[in-house]
Amino acid sequence: MTSTPPAIELRGISKAFGPVQANKDISISVQPGTIHGIVGENGAGKSTLMSILYGFYKADKGEIYINGQLTPIPDSQAAIRAGIGMVHQHFKLVENFTVVENVILGAEDGAMLQPSISKARKLLTDLAAEYGLEVNPDARIEDLSVGHQQRVEILKQLYRQADILILDEPTGVLTPAEADQLFRILERLKEEGKTIILITHKLREIMEVTDTVSVMRRGQMTATVKTSDTSPAELAELMVGRKVLLRVDKAPAKPGKTVLEVDNLRVRHHGVDKLKGISFQIRAGEILGIAGVAGNGQSELLEVLGGMIPAQGGTVRMNGDAIDLTGAKSDGQSRRARGIAHVPEDRQSEGLIMPYEAWENMAFGYHHDPAYQANRFLMNNAAIKADTAEKMEQYDVRPRNPRLPARNFSGGNQQKIVVAREMERNPDLLLVGQPTRGVDIGAIEFIHRQIIALRDQGKAILLVSVELDEIMGLSDRIAVMFDGQIMGERLPDQTDENELGLMMAGMTKGAA
Amino acid sequence: MDKMPKWADVILIPLISVILALLVSGLVVIFIGESPIEAMQIMIRGAFGNAYGWGYTLFYTTNFIFTGLAVAVAFHAKMFNIGGEGQAALGGLGVAIICLTIPWPHWSVALLAAVIGSAVFGAAWAAIPAYLQAKRGSHIVITTIMFNFIASALLVYLLVNVFRVPGSMAPETARFPEAVHLPNASQFAGFLGFRPSTPLNVSFFVAILACVFVWLLIWRTRLGYEIRAFGHSETAAVYAGIHPVKIVMVSMLISGGLAGMMAINGVMGEAERLVIDNVQGAGFVGIAVALMGRSHPVGVFLAALLFGALYQGGAELEFEMPAVSREMIVVIQALVILFTGALDNMVRMPMEAFFLARHRRQEAAAAAAAPNPKPDAAHTGAPAAQREE
Amino acid sequence: MDFLTILQILDSTVRLATPLLLACLAGLFSERSGIFDIGLEGKMLAAAFASAAIAFVTGSAWAGLAAGIGASMILALLHGVASITFRGNQLISGVAINFLAAGLSVVIAQTAFRQGGRTPALTGDARFTEITLPFADAVADVPVIGPIYANLISGHSILVYVALLIVPLTWWVLFRTRFGLRLRAVGENPAAVDTAGISVVGLRYAAVLICGVLCGIAGAYLATSLSAGFVKDMSAGRGFIALAALIFSKWRPWYALMACLLFGLLDAVGNRYQNIQLGDFVIPVQFMQALPYILTVIILAGFVGRAIPPRAGGEPYVKER
Repeated sequence: MTSTPPAIELRGISKAFGPVQANKDISISVQPGTIHGIVGENGAGKSTLMSILYGFYKADKGEIYINGQLTPIPDSQAAIRAGIGMVHQHFKLVENFTVVENVILGAEDGAMLQPSISKARKLLTDLAAEYGLEVNPDARIEDLSVGHQQRVEILKQLYRQADILILDEPTGVLTPAEADQLFRILERLKEEGKTIILITHKLREIMEVTDTVSVMRRGQMTATVKTSDTSPAELAELMVGRKVLLRVDKAPAKPGKTVLEVDNLRVRHHGVDKLKGISFQIRAGEILGIAGVAGNGQSELLEVLGGMIPAQGGTVRMNGDAIDLTGAKSDGQSRRARGIAHVPEDRQSEGLIMPYEAWENMAFGYHHDPAYQANRFLMNNAAIKADTAEKMEQYDVRPRNPRLPARNFSGGNQQKIVVAREMERNPDLLLVGQPTRGVDIGAIEFIHRQIIALRDQGKAILLVSVELDEIMGLSDRIAVMFDGQIMGERLPDQTDENELGLMMAGMTKGAA
Repeated sequence: MDKMPKWADVILIPLISVILALLVSGLVVIFIGESPIEAMQIMIRGAFGNAYGWGYTLFYTTNFIFTGLAVAVAFHAKMFNIGGEGQAALGGLGVAIICLTIPWPHWSVALLAAVIGSAVFGAAWAAIPAYLQAKRGSHIVITTIMFNFIASALLVYLLVNVFRVPGSMAPETARFPEAVHLPNASQFAGFLGFRPSTPLNVSFFVAILACVFVWLLIWRTRLGYEIRAFGHSETAAVYAGIHPVKIVMVSMLISGGLAGMMAINGVMGEAERLVIDNVQGAGFVGIAVALMGRSHPVGVFLAALLFGALYQGGAELEFEMPAVSREMIVVIQALVILFTGALDNMVRMPMEAFFLARHRRQEAAAAAAAPNPKPDAAHTGAPAAQREE
Repeated sequence: MDFLTILQILDSTVRLATPLLLACLAGLFSERSGIFDIGLEGKMLAAAFASAAIAFVTGSAWAGLAAGIGASMILALLHGVASITFRGNQLISGVAINFLAAGLSVVIAQTAFRQGGRTPALTGDARFTEITLPFADAVADVPVIGPIYANLISGHSILVYVALLIVPLTWWVLFRTRFGLRLRAVGENPAAVDTAGISVVGLRYAAVLICGVLCGIAGAYLATSLSAGFVKDMSAGRGFIALAALIFSKWRPWYALMACLLFGLLDAVGNRYQNIQLGDFVIPVQFMQALPYILTVIILAGFVGRAIPPRAGGEPYVKER
């Protein structure tokens, strides 16, 4: 093995976006004919690293060696020439083109299409036989299942004679059966001498198909090990890390009557089943934390409860009464009227209107409040501004200027505006998504204290976060979501990050 | 952080764009072989030099305020209503029906009814494209263009076959009765030197009221609040419980209504009958006016005044400089739309770079002066980093 | 209605459909690449003026054609700079171009010719004259086929035949060449093109410039073939009818031919008859004029075979990841 140069070697790659160091001095080397996994939490810098390798970003520092040769990769063409192919998380396919057309796009042999099409059609048949990549060459992409679309992406790379394949979260959109098929294909490709880099946050996949695995955390490569020498538990620990635990002082919960009852809730969004019949309850005075890797249905759970998207089935009861999940009363206004407040996951695209000034944002969603109206026709902007000034004082939003547009506040202060707006409505149920994403340490602590205080006033809180620390620190009960379902519930003092990490990866303790 | 101070966005960039448009127009005049300075002087004198000029300038301004506001309201909901021309034509039909079918006792009552009638007809003409956009996703720009042509055909048909005075060849309605003739500037402002022939009439005040109305609507009402929120971010609007279909419909109805109201000025106030092609491109000028006025009523008023002056000054220019055609104003209008609309980024990007560099310099100076930078500084870029994964 | 009348109507259908067809195919190239173009009208008008002016000065219709194409391509380039390079609003850019052409053509015409914004009438070689196809005279007396060949198929200007040939050419380029594949791809999913290592900007500029060429021919046809010189606003909304035909044909070349012939027929019938009597019904001529637009709205509304534009149309491409 040591005699052949590594298929890919990265030396000291660094990349910063403004003040954020997305990749910090990363070095890895991958042997040809192996499958190398890269795991890490969201935001760990995996995708940035691969984008550098594929020529989308230019690294600030560092060198790339392909098969032992120093290979600068300024753009995608260079990457393609170097034999690198990438299968993106979101497919880059032309939906109303046929498979053959997508495969040859950009790799045509001449000005006329016909020779390329005939060649590709034949090659596709060969590749299908060779790797088990069966797909009808003349089918249109939009008529194919997601799994088959992914095959087309792989075929595209093989047609370009890529020797190195990067797959970015390839199973995120696949059913378990489709994922298994993909792994068999990857094995075959490996046998044929291809080198594969698999980016994922699912430990099961790493254990199943990779030969070696690197763990990334906060822009750094924390470890590279042989898969056979490690265990999911160890990887989970490396991945999550022993972060400085933000201690949240809180008294034990005193749960009261049941506020929210969700029963067999099902949501289909953009043609994909996002919630596959989930059920849970939250009582007054308790925080239910939903842990999970992003994209497993947590966002849709918040959106359907917040009135942003309709449900396809199931019931939701607030204080014992069913709420409208599909009809005229299923909008955000009606939810607010029912005592549901919502701190959305993405404050910039959902929770705030960025060009709106702070005071306008403080009324957002509550702009029908009679206290904000001067008369039947006009709003009482002075009243909103006064109210805003008060809330900004109370939540220590800086700068304390109600006339400043939301986009001019820092992330933490933007979030405080949203939190102040939603919490000061005295809701029976607060939905909170990623409350501290992109928020500075000081604001994190503040927001956490506010959430606890609201709980202690006897409110029910549904907390969704991809930060395991946050879930562990705040929740009175923890439910783990995976693939649109709840994997199970745990009490924070009877579980640990490793167990939750495994559940988040779709594994139960017994299977590990 | 904002890349630019607000005043740069609201005033500086439109100003630079308009200056660029005028500079290029000047080049065209030079190309024709005339002096742009002299042309400018003629135009300014023609537009503002005497009561005659003012009368026409403000008459055109009135038209452009209505159509500019119409485009502006739709812009706030992030829609491009290019159908002002057709909506205004239909507004004319509304005015004609109101004025010809009911024996009004006094012009003031008739005006009120005509305002409503023109707005209803204009709104109705915007309703179908709006509905198709809201419910079927049909692109509103294309449907409103199509509706302009349909409106024009419809109007010709009605004027030729339905409203034409028997025995007359002209495709136009009968003259409106004396009672509904709107007072013109010679009657309410004769002391300023306006002659009875001036086209400027009380509709000008209605236009100013419309500016106030739109200002109140957009910045003081819940509906305006929702329209702007929807225009900035549909996702956020849905989060706040705002219904996209409602906003698309309502803002287009208001937009069409405003365009329709233009007819009270030209049809009721000036021509006193409905003639073919009574809109004369004012619907399209509204696009330039709204773009230049940054969709704000005050900006729309000022831009409408500029275009009113251009139209009147352009007429004088053609008279005094026969080599320069009246169409020169269409060229200026095109260049204003081009620079303030389509080439906005061309002006904006260097300005943003300039202000960003200035901001950095100031920050560096501040950091040098105070050893402790603000604690939040490290997090300003954090959201961008999260989107990476 | 006798046979000769029908032939005459069909003959004028072909003449009137030609500029629509050229502009429609122009729009097809642009919109297939993801650049909306409501400036077809303006490009056609600018070309009409430039071709008439140059044809008058040089006395050569071919020189006029070249000038028309040049003028149209300058506006096309402007549209490209605004909507591709500066990622501006493609619709606003189109509106600006329409006005620019409407204004500049008259302003320059007035300066150059002092005839109230028109060019002098073109005569002789300054116009594309009707060409008689071989044997047209010989077979003219053969019943049915003779008049069809002599009057309908033969006897148009060369640009009519060019326009008709561009239909299969467009089809062939779009569906049989590498360029066509990439062009269609960039209008549907520019990210796919970008990750395949092809320049999105280059492809879109190419498409916009082809659009300029075809609009140029359309405009030249208007001024040097259909009419004899330029008059103010002579495109008379044809650019928008072409846009309607483009939507009607759902961005496909052969259907574009059909749509343009249909709209040309409506125009020809409207020109010949003021009102059409159908039993007790009288169809007013204005209805015939509005019909292309009405049909397009119906198609857009999706009640009859929904028209779905290229998916990336109208959106500037911003490279991400």
